[in-house]
Amino acid sequence: MSDTITVNGTANPLPDDPRVSLLDFLRHDIGLTGTKKGCDHGQCGACTVIVNGIRINSCLTLAAMHEGDSVTTIEGLGTPDEPSALQRAFLEHDGFQCGYCTPGQICSATAMLEEIAAGWPSDASESLEGHIVTSREEIRERMSGNICRCGAYANIVAAIEEVAAGGQS
Amino acid sequence: MRPFQYIRAPSLSETSKLTAGEDALAIAGGTNLLDLMKLQVETPALLADINRLGFSEIEDTDDGGLRLGALATNTETAVHPRVRADYPVLARAILAGATQQLRNKATNGGNLCQRTRCFYFTNIDQPCNKREPGSGCGAIDGIAKLHAVLGTSDQCIATYPGDMAVALSALGAVVQISGDKGERSVPVRDFHLLPGDTPWIENVLEAGEIITGIILPAPVGGTQIYRKVRERSSYAFALVSVAAIIELTDGKFSRADLAFGGLAHKPWHDPRVEEVLLGQHPSDALIDKAADILLEDARGYGENDFKIPLTRRTLRAVLTQATEDAA
Repeated sequence: MSDTITVNGTANPLPDDPRVSLLDFLRHDIGLTGTKKGCDHGQCGACTVIVNGIRINSCLTLAAMHEGDSVTTIEGLGTPDEPSALQRAFLEHDGFQCGYCTPGQICSATAMLEEIAAGWPSDASESLEGHIVTSREEIRERMSGNICRCGAYANIVAAIEEVAAGGQS
Repeated sequence: MRPFQYIRAPSLSETSKLTAGEDALAIAGGTNLLDLMKLQVETPALLADINRLGFSEIEDTDDGGLRLGALATNTETAVHPRVRADYPVLARAILAGATQQLRNKATNGGNLCQRTRCFYFTNIDQPCNKREPGSGCGAIDGIAKLHAVLGTSDQCIATYPGDMAVALSALGAVVQISGDKGERSVPVRDFHLLPGDTPWIENVLEAGEIITGIILPAPVGGTQIYRKVRERSSYAFALVSVAAIIELTDGKFSRADLAFGGLAHKPWHDPRVEEVLLGQHPSDALIDKAADILLEDARGYGENDFKIPLTRRTLRAVLTQATEDAA
């Protein structure tokens, strides 16, 4: 295994200082500032990224712990010209005001739809083993790790609901 | 965050040696530890990363139970087909805690070792006997809404904050521990300690010991419920929680495995509560009697006085629901 970490398909050397969080590595060391630092304590979700297909808070993990891992950030999901289905839906539904939480919201929602597709239950699921209906209640529970201080929740949920109903592109 | 040396632990035995020193800690998911390191509540000189040591499997045991690897994540555990089918109280407890992002990173071993969320513990400018022995307890006569009502001491009234361990206590699970003196097994019910005069000692792990797995006994029948009462509908710690495995035979309680969260420095288990229920027909009077026994020595600290009647009502709600489900 190499002492690199792959971000959006590109390999990068790990930082020398073990204190560097994955979040600071992304923003400071390799200049991908789409991922945001909100609380830096795992409470707000603004730093959510997808590591090996799983969404995590990048503020609560050390870059050094991710040697050989593959990280996807908001920059890796789509571009202004070719947005992902969720990026487009957030624009259409006005799923933000200030936009600071948005990259975390979209990374989180992207992985969340995969979790539902895999049949993972949530606290809001009626049954632990049955089919999951992507209801507003399910979306709200599954997105509870992403805070929006502007309170754009209604439109965030609407954007996710539309993509969930239409299938992912 | 204070500087530290980071070492990727090459083996279990090497981990024991690395973490035997006072200033050394093992890191797995890190969701609680790194948070505390940022706050300088934890200032280890050495971090041994145990993430690549293995023991992340979830596998059947010979007697029909299930072994949860210590490094399996909370999510991997909650979504495991056998956990969902045979131990729904555990799946429900895990899903009721934290957020999906945190559960995706947090491990089973780390979850058992998580620290209290007492505001005085996490703020280094405040007195806390747990963080700084002898400095006093800010929560007694302070902000104590989330704090304990059972098993407290005049040194500490913090709670163990987790949900998973409450379900594990009700299930009678066993923690597997490895250290330089070999391996040992400790029931979850005995793993966490009450604060007493040494609130900084939170569980039975000794220096150099780490958790390698959790054994769930073969599944039993009955209704399994995890009821968590909290101040918002998601991502909040329990004010009170009840994990219950209830079975009725001929209309009488034939199983009443109960554990409580949010009440004490450990998941609370009181065999006297189960004894009073067993062999009896469910009734409001019986449930009240069980709650009387459970809360006999309960003591509020002002802001958390509400937990005592709330526990009584939550127990009643859970036992009533379980009785209706079983009927």
